[in-house]
Amino acid sequence: MSKKLKNYHAQVWDEPLVMQLSAVGRRGAILPATESEITARVGAAQGLIPYALLRKSLPELPEMSEFEVQRHYLHLSQQTMGMMGISLFGTCTMKYNPRVNERLVYQHNVAEINPHQPVETLQGVLEVISKFDHLLRELSGLDHFVFQAGGGADAAYTQACMTRAYHASRGELAQRNEIITTSQAHPCNPATAAAAGFKVITLPLEADGFPSVEALRAVVSERTAALMVNNPDDVGIYNPNIAEWVKIVHEAGGLCFYDHANFNGVMTRLRAADLGFDACMYMLHKTFGGPKGGGGPAVGAYGCTEKLIPFLPGPLVEEDGHGGYFLKENSDAGVGRVREFWGNVPVVIRAYAWTRAMGIEGLRDAANISVLANNYMEKRLMKIKGISIGFPDMKKRRLEMTRYGLGDLTKDTGVTTVDVQNRMTDFGVDAYWLSHEPWFVPEPFTPEAGELWSIEDIDYWIDVLEHVCNEARTNPELVKSSPHNQVVHKLDGTNLDDPDKWATTWKAYRRKYKKDTP
Amino acid sequence: MMSEKNLPTPHPFMANSAAGSYKEMLRVAEVGDIEELFEQIPSEHRYKGEWNFPRSLASEAELFKHMNSILKKSISSEDNLNFLGAGCWQHYVPAICDEMVTRTEFLTPVWGTPSSDHGRTQVWFEFQSQIGELVGMDFVGLPLYSFGTAAGHAVRMAARINGRSEVLVPSTLDPERLKVLKTYCGFPELSGYVSIVMVATDPHDGGIDVADLKSKISERTSSIYFENPTYLGSIEARAHEISAIAHGVGAEVIVGVDPISLGVIAPPSDYAADIVVGTTQPLGVHMNAGGGVGGFIATRDEAKYAKEYPTLQVSLTGTTHPGELAFGLTLFHQSSYGSRENGKDWTGNSVYLWAVANATYMSLMGPLGFKEIGETIIQRSHYAAALIDEIPGVSVKWKQGFFKEFVVDFSKSKLTVEQINKKLLEHSIFGGKDLSVDFPSLGQSALYCITEIHTVEDIHTLVAALKKVVA
Repeated sequence: MSKKLKNYHAQVWDEPLVMQLSAVGRRGAILPATESEITARVGAAQGLIPYALLRKSLPELPEMSEFEVQRHYLHLSQQTMGMMGISLFGTCTMKYNPRVNERLVYQHNVAEINPHQPVETLQGVLEVISKFDHLLRELSGLDHFVFQAGGGADAAYTQACMTRAYHASRGELAQRNEIITTSQAHPCNPATAAAAGFKVITLPLEADGFPSVEALRAVVSERTAALMVNNPDDVGIYNPNIAEWVKIVHEAGGLCFYDHANFNGVMTRLRAADLGFDACMYMLHKTFGGPKGGGGPAVGAYGCTEKLIPFLPGPLVEEDGHGGYFLKENSDAGVGRVREFWGNVPVVIRAYAWTRAMGIEGLRDAANISVLANNYMEKRLMKIKGISIGFPDMKKRRLEMTRYGLGDLTKDTGVTTVDVQNRMTDFGVDAYWLSHEPWFVPEPFTPEAGELWSIEDIDYWIDVLEHVCNEARTNPELVKSSPHNQVVHKLDGTNLDDPDKWATTWKAYRRKYKKDTP
Repeated sequence: MMSEKNLPTPHPFMANSAAGSYKEMLRVAEVGDIEELFEQIPSEHRYKGEWNFPRSLASEAELFKHMNSILKKSISSEDNLNFLGAGCWQHYVPAICDEMVTRTEFLTPVWGTPSSDHGRTQVWFEFQSQIGELVGMDFVGLPLYSFGTAAGHAVRMAARINGRSEVLVPSTLDPERLKVLKTYCGFPELSGYVSIVMVATDPHDGGIDVADLKSKISERTSSIYFENPTYLGSIEARAHEISAIAHGVGAEVIVGVDPISLGVIAPPSDYAADIVVGTTQPLGVHMNAGGGVGGFIATRDEAKYAKEYPTLQVSLTGTTHPGELAFGLTLFHQSSYGSRENGKDWTGNSVYLWAVANATYMSLMGPLGFKEIGETIIQRSHYAAALIDEIPGVSVKWKQGFFKEFVVDFSKSKLTVEQINKKLLEHSIFGGKDLSVDFPSLGQSALYCITEIHTVEDIHTLVAALKKVVA
């Protein structure tokens, strides 16, 4: 089956580094000149700085006209495929980010607000935050949400800190120093638990894709501080024993945290509180339509039950009972802050607007469409030679994502999943997600169709993958040396971890390579 | 077969909500009833209750109206004359910065490949390079969530480097950042704990009290963290001496900066800082009700430091074609993505989009822009302080040697800052941040912020209003 693929080529501007575009004396911005009456009163700026603290030589920043700066960064935007192609990046739930939300949050009554303003002047933003808190309470069954965490990992860190504060308040922290997670949980769960000072216990997976109840029972003890798990995880498998898990951990005195990063497929069907969880996290920049920004600003919305509210990082946005809102500092026993202020407010506003645009029926439809699209993909993908499904012993229908492997293709041809990923970009299809560490499936890949992409987009994505798999068998070098139609060719990553060769700044590069051009 | 009533409602955000596409997927996936696809989830796990949810606003026109009916209830720092800073500062954001961060190519994606992400990754490298120029360091990572979280990670880097577990911080530290730092320093019952020791403030200039520093620093000290300018605005005039004292006991020197000051104030490398952290918000990002904050970590390009970074960082490298430039991630394996609980703290989504605004801003400003903005801010803020200091019952705590922010003491006016700020609001002015709760020793004091956006007329308006308020 040979299908017509796009005759695509990425935009190539051969754009130099901004530091190389400099011409002495050019200006991109003129600052308001200090009025003469000010200078007359206080004198020159240099006289107002202690001599030892005066800057001796100017920073070597580019000198460019305004248009040159604009054009440079527009070129760089055009040299970024992103959502201009097709991106089924699993775990990240690629969605449409409604443009109207940009219009809303760049108004001055969002953008030009200082968080210390008198509370009566903050009523608009506080009302949106509070209203969205209530929508999430409804979707989760939990009792209070906060938006301070700057992403999913930061919400996991919030949970680790909540766990510390909770057990410390009961005088049990020294004893309860273990957090249990699974090898399939997102790495941020064990990593943040460790950064918060806990010992991490990682449960291994069974053949059907989740750890056994017995494995959990074997590690739970009076040292257990908390359980941190994803469910479903990022292979589309749901742990059917999860309610029992929560019970086991609760009986041992531990807290249970639901990393709901993969909420998209189960929206309106599952509520964290109904399963017994003490707290959960949603990704507003993924599930709730906020833009990803290439890695934030993001929000890990963190919600908990009544008993944990006193430990939430503050300040909390509360209703005053008369249609107004106020900021309340939380108790001293609580987390305090995981980050300054009340979170990435524009992302919360966008997420609220997105959720209102969807409505509860829209959320249900989105979950159905995501899971259906994933199962549609599976039917087609499994017909391609060299592709296998992860955890084949789990025979039930996968949820919104599935982990596949190209191990057989690699064995036959030497072409790896990273090679395939690179080659797919030659046809306007951006990277798929591989897998978190550790890789349970050889040469993994994890697409997530979600509710955004059309059946035609999904078909094209599969057509490209199939084409590349065929190329791997007929012309493996073509795939291994790819990409060929991209902004630049295949990365040479051999020196990236060598202290004598890496260069994270232009200054370091010039010093190490003794030249002014790359 | 599917009954029509079970079909999704067509929605502009979902292509496959159209009946034809949906039915085709059902057919190919061999699904009769959509519920078959949820067979993994036990019935008793499922929510079966009613939803208390407001109606859908799928019409953009309706949604826009609804959103604005709420948002208009706020009064912004553009509506009013604003003198609040305190960790989130009102600077002018050039239009091109907003253009770049709302470009769909930068705004909406997550990860591609090094080749398909080339443009964005180059922006990130330019962000790192330009931050490095400002702070005088040549190893810089991708941005962190905020100033405070950058400081927290830096303190933990230092503790891993020298195996000590005590950090000295100035008593003037922003209470908001201090709370973040406390979170990052952990609990004594658990591993990785770092104890925080407060160093007194020199009452003459608001800098660190060197005698108190000497009495508290020891071979147990892992690092000293201080800021330039301090939270209360003072330029840390004894920065060289403080670094020397810290290095004398083998401690790491961590300095927090507001990079917008670095066209006129010496970069921390000049006074021997080992790790520099700071805020990125002043560099082309709106305050966003506090949602504009971002941070960075920068050090000398030495493996000792590089190998403790919790962030991801972009490195310039080549491709399979000689002479072609590309960017890859250096030291990825030490991140939490690479090593889970054995990684260096953790990373994840951060504020990478703001790096686009920051890089654009730094390119627009150039060396002279940074010099001029630093000069005008320091002159304007000193001018405002001088006039405010002349108001009867009002005095400026440290009358010189500050940048952008300064402490105004209203104690002698017999009014509280709260009362004064309420009255200023009637004049459409946001008075300075009330310090009386967090710093009771300063009495009824407020932290005033003056930037390049404040004209001489704005300053006169403030002074006239203050005169009326305290009269």
